[in-house]
Amino acid sequence: MLRFILSRLLQAIPVIFIVITATFFLVRAAPGGPFDDEKVVLPEVKRALEAQYKLDLPLHEQYIAYLTDLAQGDLGPSFKYPGRSVNEILFSGLPVTAELGFYALIIALIIGVLAGVSAALKPNTRQDYIPMTLAMIGICMPSFLLGPLLVLVFGIYLEWLPISGWGAIPGDKILPSITLGAAYAAYIARLSRAGMLEVLSQDYIRTARAKGLPEWKVVTKHGLRGGLIPVIAFLGPAFAGLLAGSFVVETIFQIPGLGRFYVQAAFNRDYTMILGTTVFLSTLIVLFNLLSDVTAAWLNPRLRAQFKGTA
Amino acid sequence: MKQSQYGHLLTVLLTLIISALLSACGTGESNVTQGNREGILHYGNGAEPQGLDPHVVTGVPENHLIRALFEGLAVKNPITLEPEPGVAERWTFNDDRSVITFYLNPNAKWSNGEQVTADDFVWSWNRALHPETGNLYAYMLYPVKNAEAYAKGEVSEFSEVGVKALDETTLRVTLNAPTPYFIQLMDHYSTFAVHPETLLKFGKMTDRFTPWTRVGNIVSNGAFVLEDWALNRHIKMIKNQEYWDKDNVSLNGVVFYPTENEVSEERMFRVEQLHRTEGVPLDKVPVYRAIPESPYMQDPYLGTYYYLVNIDRPPVDDVRVRQALSMSLDREQLARTVMQEVVIPAYSITPPGTLGYQPPKLFDFDPEKARQLLAEAGYPNGEGWPGLDIIYNTNEAHRKIAVAVQQMWKKYLNVDITISNQEWKVYLNAVSQRDFQVARRGWIGDYVDPNNFLDLFITDGGNNNTGFANDYYDEMILQLAPRAPTEEERFAIFHEAETLLMQQMPIIPIYTYATRHLVHPSVEGMYPNLMDSLNLKYVKLVPGRKLPEELQ
Repeated sequence: MLRFILSRLLQAIPVIFIVITATFFLVRAAPGGPFDDEKVVLPEVKRALEAQYKLDLPLHEQYIAYLTDLAQGDLGPSFKYPGRSVNEILFSGLPVTAELGFYALIIALIIGVLAGVSAALKPNTRQDYIPMTLAMIGICMPSFLLGPLLVLVFGIYLEWLPISGWGAIPGDKILPSITLGAAYAAYIARLSRAGMLEVLSQDYIRTARAKGLPEWKVVTKHGLRGGLIPVIAFLGPAFAGLLAGSFVVETIFQIPGLGRFYVQAAFNRDYTMILGTTVFLSTLIVLFNLLSDVTAAWLNPRLRAQFKGTA
Repeated sequence: MKQSQYGHLLTVLLTLIISALLSACGTGESNVTQGNREGILHYGNGAEPQGLDPHVVTGVPENHLIRALFEGLAVKNPITLEPEPGVAERWTFNDDRSVITFYLNPNAKWSNGEQVTADDFVWSWNRALHPETGNLYAYMLYPVKNAEAYAKGEVSEFSEVGVKALDETTLRVTLNAPTPYFIQLMDHYSTFAVHPETLLKFGKMTDRFTPWTRVGNIVSNGAFVLEDWALNRHIKMIKNQEYWDKDNVSLNGVVFYPTENEVSEERMFRVEQLHRTEGVPLDKVPVYRAIPESPYMQDPYLGTYYYLVNIDRPPVDDVRVRQALSMSLDREQLARTVMQEVVIPAYSITPPGTLGYQPPKLFDFDPEKARQLLAEAGYPNGEGWPGLDIIYNTNEAHRKIAVAVQQMWKKYLNVDITISNQEWKVYLNAVSQRDFQVARRGWIGDYVDPNNFLDLFITDGGNNNTGFANDYYDEMILQLAPRAPTEEERFAIFHEAETLLMQQMPIIPIYTYATRHLVHPSVEGMYPNLMDSLNLKYVKLVPGRKLPEELQ
């Protein structure tokens, strides 16, 4: 197991390095620079700005300087927000985005697994069709539609819930979490239905039933363990996706998270900010993938046996 | 499978969800009600500011924040826009008005209780102009003698720049030439003083990214001081007890929100989370207009929306084609339909009524004359037309306008137009490289004077981008107007220059901007003006007033 984790970690290093290098040169290849503005920037001012941010150095020197700073954990100063370092912006937005992602994931899991499992128990009946149709709608409905709809119904029409902000008013975290979680709930529902259907047709389930175990015990103790492996494998990338993809929800609900900075950095040509967020998120994605692989391996007795043999 | 097991689980879950929902119900007192009681204004500010350093940042949200925290030598009266005392209690001119002496108010204090001195201004202007600072608005001080040369590194000693502290409260400014709008510039944040010792505590004078503007570090001299700054959440300010005019400040504090999304901002206003919004979504405008005693405020704004024409590219290298295009635009219809009457049709570059100046109007919507001009240029009824491309930065409003323009030119001139959207920085790059035929453009004035619009088009001006070059035009703007003995004569010169510009038509004016805000009935003293310039010193909150019933 340890060797598995170590080898995956070693594989991750070149991946992240390639991401850094590609991003570094790609953002500089994009037309327009961080200091271009609608009101023209005087040449003398532009020179001074480029000097302050080391953009006057040859490209390879900039690259080496960036890697040197990065090795010390310094992602550099933001171009768009003078006076703020990229580290600081990342760490101010990350807890919010992570919290939002976490709630969204919990909502997605509860709704998704319940719907998926109950559908799998009575396949091709109404109990299957209704949740699965809803799941399909959930996958198809973009958050920029669902968000405003929820706001309209629960925020403005019923006046039950606040419509924007994060942690300022009680209840303001509910709508964004549901909006973000909905699409993932739908995926999880489909995955857990498929997983459960496969597992429930296995021999050992028949054995369990034959033993006379009550059905709920068969499902919860024997069925879920195998049936949810696809869901577990999905969770890592899903959480990373929630972190990186919460931009729309953060914009609709005015949430001070990471997603807005991530997307705006690209429009602003805020080189250090683009690099910082990309490096950070790609590291997270690699880590979460690893984590879900490890969990899936631990849950799957066949794989576990394999590790016992090799480790 | 026992149905009841799942049923039980579902019941538990539903109970949990409903109780969570219920606990959020009745979210208590709104920001507005609480704010009215405590004297705290809740202000939708458009976007998270880049920062709060007056010599480093640019932008409208930054302007609102910095002008609440700092005060310049003079401030603008929010009703008339005429300068009135700020840090300087009065100022005098020499005979030809090229030397200004500012007498600073001895009671003007920094928020740490120290006096604001003339030396602070000299130090700050050195910082604002220093080539290493990289201040985008350094040019605001270019009317000062040798300021431009210093900013460009041609003069290395700041002592040669025309600003001197004669004593603690007397500041003498020597200009290159009389500059009628110079006092107005003293209300622009790039000319503000910063507290030298505070900056030096965190770095060099010219450093752009030190933490001196953070809560606890910043020392300022305006009506408010910074209390809390939560990135992308809010910026809270409270009344500055050291401010010289604090008795006239009614508010106890202001909370600024980065409301980037207009739609969300409007919803926040409706549930009384905001006293004032930075914008109003275009499709909500008719709804708000229909409400009696509406909180919707729309006022002319010192900005012009226009199309740049690259006069070196055919077919628009022919002045008759440019005139034909301009004359066949039905601006009234555009303003009425596409823009929901939130803009005013424009026939020239300077917005009308800029401190009494009225721009020339040389043409009107005249498709007949336009077709005639186009025929003279060699394209009768659009025959032989080589095609024309309009570029604009990706944005729904720009797209709608470009589509309407495209249709009008097709309808009235029978010419084919293509429209292309470009990502913001790509578009900026194309405009500065003059890689376009027609490009969307907007210009918002930095100060209220026709000069701010007309000097865009001097030969090789950084924002000219059209290829327009005319020696007499340059002479009028750069030499004759500044030396005109009276305001009438100066405006007459501008009028002549603008007439020349609009005859040559290197730009096609489309509309004059208007500002759109929602303002809660409890707010008083938010006067509309051309600059959308708000002085929070004048703002009062009256508790007990409610939004119109239609919005509740």
